[in-house]
Amino acid sequence: MLLIKSFLFCGIVCMIAQIILDNTKLTPGHITSIFVVFGAFLDSFSFYDKIIKTVGGGALLPITSFGHSLIHGALAKANNYGIMGILMGMFDLTATGITSAIIFAFVFTLIFKPKN
Amino acid sequence: MKQQKYELIAKEHQAKNPKLKNATIAFLIGGLIGMLGEGLIELLCNIFHISRNNAGTIMIVIVIFLASLSTALGFFDKLVTKCKCGLLIPITGFAHSMTSAALDYKKEGPIYGIGSNIFKLAGSVILYGIVAAWFFGMIRYLLGGRI
Repeated sequence: MLLIKSFLFCGIVCMIAQIILDNTKLTPGHITSIFVVFGAFLDSFSFYDKIIKTVGGGALLPITSFGHSLIHGALAKANNYGIMGILMGMFDLTATGITSAIIFAFVFTLIFKPKN
Repeated sequence: MKQQKYELIAKEHQAKNPKLKNATIAFLIGGLIGMLGEGLIELLCNIFHISRNNAGTIMIVIVIFLASLSTALGFFDKLVTKCKCGLLIPITGFAHSMTSAALDYKKEGPIYGIGSNIFKLAGSVILYGIVAAWFFGMIRYLLGGRI
């Protein structure tokens, strides 16, 4: 059941992005940035957490979840450390994604040649 | 008269409603990636008996690995031109933008090539993500919200 919900949620997010891309002058860079901001906005009222609970893994994959994990880690640290916690916990949950993306990108760049 | 005829012929050969087609492809491809993520989580949970949160982290690493590798091998770009947002909006797009930027500037050397250009496309996502998360986080914190 979670599989179907994941399919629907991730598909609908991508479809919304594609419709925006086709009907406006925004580039993919604009759209991904907007979606990240939107994800952070949704989680400022813990709304994205509920989506993840009902949808499962499909909600972790769209770029909106990047914004959600940034603010989620920040607020979790803020519970213990006060206002400085927002700065301390910003990367707590996204560290795996960013670090692995950097390392894989670097290693594959060293190994492979650009194809043009 | 000739102009009108030309326009008629051009109209006939235009793809029919590419917007609808693009949206459907993005829906299907994005959905498949979401389903792959959920499937991987359930597989990892059942095989290694780890918690759902850990499985989610490992799943993201696997997806990023696959996207980076296929970008470096050269066939991810072709897929992106076909599927567009279906591949750009999931985390695959993030990994793809970093690897392709690094590969493009490889010939300019390790510092001014790879080092300064690797975040060329992904940087905006990180910048606006952090600024937005900080801004909304401050609002939520000052309002007294707790997670």
